Amino acid sequence: MRTISYAAAGLEAIAEEMRRDDKVFHLSTDANRDLVDEFGEQRIRGTPIAEGALTGMGLGAAGSGFRPIVDWRMVTFSFVAMDQIVNQASKIHYMFGGQTKFPVTYRASVGGGTRLAAQHSQSPYSMFMNLAGLKMVLPSTPYDVKGLLKSLIRDDNPVISFESTRLMGMTGEVPDGEYTVPIGVADVKRQGSDVTVIALAWLVHEALAAAETLAAEGISVEVVDPRTLVPMDAETLRASARKTGRVVIADEAGPTAGASAEIAALLTEDPDTFAALKAPVRRVCALQVPIPYSPVLEDHVFPDREKIAEAVRDLAR
Amino acid sequence: MTTTLTPEAQREMLRQMQIIRRFEERASDDYIAGKIYGVVHCYIGEEAVAVGVCAALNRDDQIISTHRGHGHCIAKGADLNRMMAELYGRETGYCKGKGGSMHIADFGIGMLGANGIVAGGISIVTGAGLAAQMEGKGRVAVSFFGDGASNAGPFHESINIASAWKLPMIYVCENNLWAASTAAATTLAQEDVAARAAGYGIPGVVVDGNDVLAVHEAALEAVARARAGEGPTLIECKTYRQRRHTERPGQVDYRTDDEIAAWMDRDPIPRLVEHLKGQQGQLTDAEWAAMDSEIMATIQSSVDFAEASPFPRPEAALEDVFAD
Repeated sequence: MRTISYAAAGLEAIAEEMRRDDKVFHLSTDANRDLVDEFGEQRIRGTPIAEGALTGMGLGAAGSGFRPIVDWRMVTFSFVAMDQIVNQASKIHYMFGGQTKFPVTYRASVGGGTRLAAQHSQSPYSMFMNLAGLKMVLPSTPYDVKGLLKSLIRDDNPVISFESTRLMGMTGEVPDGEYTVPIGVADVKRQGSDVTVIALAWLVHEALAAAETLAAEGISVEVVDPRTLVPMDAETLRASARKTGRVVIADEAGPTAGASAEIAALLTEDPDTFAALKAPVRRVCALQVPIPYSPVLEDHVFPDREKIAEAVRDLAR
Repeated sequence: MTTTLTPEAQREMLRQMQIIRRFEERASDDYIAGKIYGVVHCYIGEEAVAVGVCAALNRDDQIISTHRGHGHCIAKGADLNRMMAELYGRETGYCKGKGGSMHIADFGIGMLGANGIVAGGISIVTGAGLAAQMEGKGRVAVSFFGDGASNAGPFHESINIASAWKLPMIYVCENNLWAASTAAATTLAQEDVAARAAGYGIPGVVVDGNDVLAVHEAALEAVARARAGEGPTLIECKTYRQRRHTERPGQVDYRTDDEIAAWMDRDPIPRLVEHLKGQQGQLTDAEWAAMDSEIMATIQSSVDFAEASPFPRPEAALEDVFAD
């Protein structure tokens, strides 16, 4: 099978959906040249740097029969549009009693590791998870990002594709033919029997690397990738937790009220899963600070394969 | 007041304005009586803006409204029964009781919703304008907002894009002199919001917002320009909020008695009544009284409809979070 990058897989998803449905168009402060060449400047629009307006315009066009994609680029810039996201997009279908559909897809890169310091290294998806009315994904492979983005563009709701900055250049197998990945379905990336690592985005790969190391030490690790944050596939996560009885949750965001906290709650509030746990749930997250610039500081703040391995060894002991 | 409109068309505008007036008087009464919940913001005194503008629109043209939205709904053709039922929190309301006064919408008539955030709707309706342009069928979109919203970012961001892309938009600023509890006189950088249009290279028009015929003339010109692909227009309607910011009892009122009295003399409804009476008797006292009685009966039946409607099932709170 051919291999392409995570970033290229996202662009393929957009191009394919734009060929499939002429109601799909794209608003971004950085119009991709290849997409402009294929679809023209009417459908691939380069916009002013005014994310609030773009976010609202996408919503308004969605309520008027189109299926816009609004690329915020970095999640950092979505904060400029918070009124439109929080007060408008997440509530518009509900507060109007479900009168019409708002199929708008927002995209944002998340995560750090790029030495860009506090404002450009954020993983704030749990802030959005807390809003009822938005679906969102956080894929970890080129295959998943393409398949999920296609599903999002076809979904009839405001949706967010969070995509990992660290994974943009990562390559992986993506088939030539048409496929989608369903929203709300987690994926077991590696089977194991001793400890479950539930990992998000870049940390899926760190967890897989840790699992290799740990296998040589005689510890069998199962790696589960939720892929979708809302709606979360709690059942797949719980099934793995019940199977191994030991769970590490790895997230590039800080722990406080994070996706990791939500996952821990989903596991432990389920009586059967709670009864099957042999140890407390362990979280391996970023330290709860703004992300610093200097490599020494940044690397200290983020979790990685060593920290995951250490947590697994602790639990398996 | 001058116009080329037929007497019938002017009487229809009068009727629309009076429906808004009577609907809101009743909504206020029923809110004070505890039958309507939360908050009610009245549009009373500003009816000429919604009616004058919407009379220049087709059913499939789109508008977006504000927290003071009943007038825009009614002028665009919304059903009074479903509006009143929404205020009453009933299942038969426009939003099945999930929205209330600040969130009435009727997408079927191009009414994209009232909005509880000042300036919150401007970019959304600009997206509807973008959709209209891409669709290419000559539809236009109208953003109603107040002087308060004209000081917020979405006003500037949206008009800039609409001008750059020549979107079929009409931006209607209802300058009622008060943004909640702050006076336009102390918050606007210059007196006329319309003057800001120059900065975006589009026409900016100041109009007497209490003269429905003048508002209508300005709207016709802006709509024609938008349909012709010539881009947006900013219309500033000078008007006045005759009531306090909300109908909530005990709220501090910063307006002066002199200011209120001066604007009551310019009430848009008596002005049109006098105009029609003066024009070769195009309206008689008896006709006006009959029109008002008929409107009062219509409002009463909307209340009857609301009161006879069931409340939603409690579990319906879990429905409509997502489209299926």
